[in-house]
Amino acid sequence: MTLLDRHGFRPDPFRRLPASEIAGHPAVIVPLADVQAGLLVRASGQRIGIDIANTLPAEDAVPLANQVDLIAIAFPGFADGRGFTLARRLRRNGFRGILRAVGPLIPDQFAYAMACGFDEVELPDAVATRQGEAAWLADLAIYSTSYQRDYARGQNILDARREARQGGGA
Amino acid sequence: MYRYDEFDAAFVRDRVAQFSAQVQRRLAGALTEDEFKPLRLQNGVYLQLHAYMLRIAIPYGTLSARQLRQLALIGERFDRSYGHFTTRQNLQFNWIQLKDVPEILSLLADVEMHAIQTSGNCIRNVTADQFAGVAADEIEDPRPVAELIRQWSTAHPEFSFLPRKFKIAVTGAAEDRAAVAVHDIGLRIVRHPETGETGYAVLVGGGLGRTPMVGKWVREFLPKPHLLAYLEALMRVYNAEGRRDNKYKARVKILVHEIGIEAFRARVEAEFARLDPSRIQADAEEVARIARYFAAPAYADLPDNPPAFRRARAANPEFDRWAAQNGFPHKVPGYQAVTLSLKGIGEAPGDISSAGMRLVADLADRYSFGEIRVTHAQNLVLPDVRQDELFDLWQALAAGGLATANAGLITDIIACPGLDYCALATARSIPIAQALARRFASPERQQEIGPLAIKISGCINACGHHHVGHIGILGLEKRGEESYQITLGGDAGNASAIGEILGPGLGAEDVPDAIERLVAVYLAHRQPGELFVESVRRLGIEPFKTAFNAEIHHDAA
Amino acid sequence: MSTAKLQPLPAILIANDLLTGDTVFFAGNGWTRHPGEALMAEDQAASLRLGEAGQEAMRLNQVVDAYLVDVDLSAGGIPVPRHFRERFRLLGPTIRPDLGKQAEFPGLAAQAGRTR
Repeated sequence: MTLLDRHGFRPDPFRRLPASEIAGHPAVIVPLADVQAGLLVRASGQRIGIDIANTLPAEDAVPLANQVDLIAIAFPGFADGRGFTLARRLRRNGFRGILRAVGPLIPDQFAYAMACGFDEVELPDAVATRQGEAAWLADLAIYSTSYQRDYARGQNILDARREARQGGGA
Repeated sequence: MYRYDEFDAAFVRDRVAQFSAQVQRRLAGALTEDEFKPLRLQNGVYLQLHAYMLRIAIPYGTLSARQLRQLALIGERFDRSYGHFTTRQNLQFNWIQLKDVPEILSLLADVEMHAIQTSGNCIRNVTADQFAGVAADEIEDPRPVAELIRQWSTAHPEFSFLPRKFKIAVTGAAEDRAAVAVHDIGLRIVRHPETGETGYAVLVGGGLGRTPMVGKWVREFLPKPHLLAYLEALMRVYNAEGRRDNKYKARVKILVHEIGIEAFRARVEAEFARLDPSRIQADAEEVARIARYFAAPAYADLPDNPPAFRRARAANPEFDRWAAQNGFPHKVPGYQAVTLSLKGIGEAPGDISSAGMRLVADLADRYSFGEIRVTHAQNLVLPDVRQDELFDLWQALAAGGLATANAGLITDIIACPGLDYCALATARSIPIAQALARRFASPERQQEIGPLAIKISGCINACGHHHVGHIGILGLEKRGEESYQITLGGDAGNASAIGEILGPGLGAEDVPDAIERLVAVYLAHRQPGELFVESVRRLGIEPFKTAFNAEIHHDAA
Repeated sequence: MSTAKLQPLPAILIANDLLTGDTVFFAGNGWTRHPGEALMAEDQAASLRLGEAGQEAMRLNQVVDAYLVDVDLSAGGIPVPRHFRERFRLLGPTIRPDLGKQAEFPGLAAQAGRTR
């Protein structure tokens, strides 16, 4: 798998391990079922993340959200957009850790994923080979603005218009 | 009508550049066909039987003369000099090459148009009453809110990979001419019974296709400032919970049906309660900015029904028939909205040549403040014509073959492209429409029969809205042949209803006779002033079923 | 593999050109727009080879949606699909004889008109 954030491909500091094997690893992702066990044995400074399905109700993830450092939401296919909504709900519920999309997303969804609150994408290597870093970064640069307010990206058109009205005195 | 500001213009240009790059990545193999397909669909590009098809968005069916001329040009330069207006108020070109699409999108951007979200599993172009702004029965013009929703839904980061397509329609009139009850979301602009404030009544879960359903009320009164937050809440519930295991069960209507409207409403309201509408909704100044674009044109102060108009009608029975049949009352005295029928006898419903587009554009400039509307019945409308100029307009239209006086009559048939073009179709639609139009061609006979909506789809996806036709025709394949299933009693208006199947499927050659038998039952049993669909409601389906089946030769099942 | 459905024969390979969208037929050494030049598979082994050619052409991003269609050879020498859908595809819209391959290739409709 290949990890990507808004600056490009980068090494993944997290390792996927069952809770029983996390000792000595600075950053780990454990299965959801293992999370309580993992938290019990967490060492000081050790970062713990969880893998969740995109069907997990946000309410079920919320109690965990403030205890883990990373939530990885699975995308079974790129056309399954449930992860976008789950990410939005987790962010709205105050999750401030790393939000990772895991699966065969396409570069054309990268800006959407970021806007919904994701920080990074973990791709199958075959996808990352076919769709290189440049394609992903290009997607972030295509639109300078968007029509939706309250999503996590730069300026939106509605606010820009408001500013133009106020600033321009028109 | 709405005009792009610098932000809209920049956005559409960015989109053209994005799609150009996507095409290049597809050709280079970086994008597989499976990956490219939803991207091209969200830019209106389908692969049909003979070529690519490009579906161009005509937001809420409003076009300027300048835009229509550009469509004529694109038709000539990149297609076969004609286009096809669809049941969702859009325009399709049937012979497009993928390599030309970026250039076409750029030409569209030149006239503030695009093909964004005319297909794919996203929020589609918003449709509205074709008589918006001119209808006398209107509480409020639906176009400003349709434009607000268009912008909000464009390239939405969360709702661009939905379980299935999502269609929104808006009406602001007492009579529903936008078929809001058969959309995923139908919005009716209503007045609050106590305060008199205008807001929205929200229907959800309507739709045609394999499982036709009439929408249900999810919110009876939504204050205007809550609209976008409420839509966001509703879309979020659907995106999270709509089925993805079966594309035929993925529309929101199935979710509503499976969990029940009360549970659905509770989930939407719970989601909505967690949102701050003021962070999502456009501010009041922005809403007002959009609304100003739809201000009424500079109407002259005119007498209603002036003597010149009356004299022309009296002197020319053909003009009189057209004015009566294709005219629609305007809220301003001395004006009239008028339907330009794209249903000439023997023509393909909704098709118009590039030359025809230019003629309509010129006439719109001359007679209707340069504005044209597209109807979901696949006709065009000039919304603001002076009654004292209607005769001149009619003469010019007649010379161009666009003055067929059949709006709303039995030959004003809705038909999808069907198997003559469409890769999804199971049977042809257009030849059935043509045969029926020829059968009922006589203007006198059409007048005698009165309003009757025949709607034809070439497959179960129901682009031809057959479920809500007074008479619906669905083309299927049966044992290696095209077969047509007839339904009766559908209605797309205020009394929205899904038609009932009358009997076994028919071969194409038997359809006109079968429709004749249904019409004969109506003519024999109607009460004075009673419309076809009203007779069906009063009499029930049985007498029609009996007549329909009387002459069908059943072959062994 | 052994459970693969037998392809009704004879068969041709039909697809759309990726770049133009045109309906095209596999001619053995490439793709053709004229159905009269389509390579016909007369036995299962040949139809398997046709199917593989389709997969390969899709992999190379030359065509999309390639699949085999069973045909009858018309008296005029045109492989005419047995299913009406593919027949319409071969010639063009039935309502517009002035468009599509029926217009582009004079005589095609007549040559395809009667299956033997």
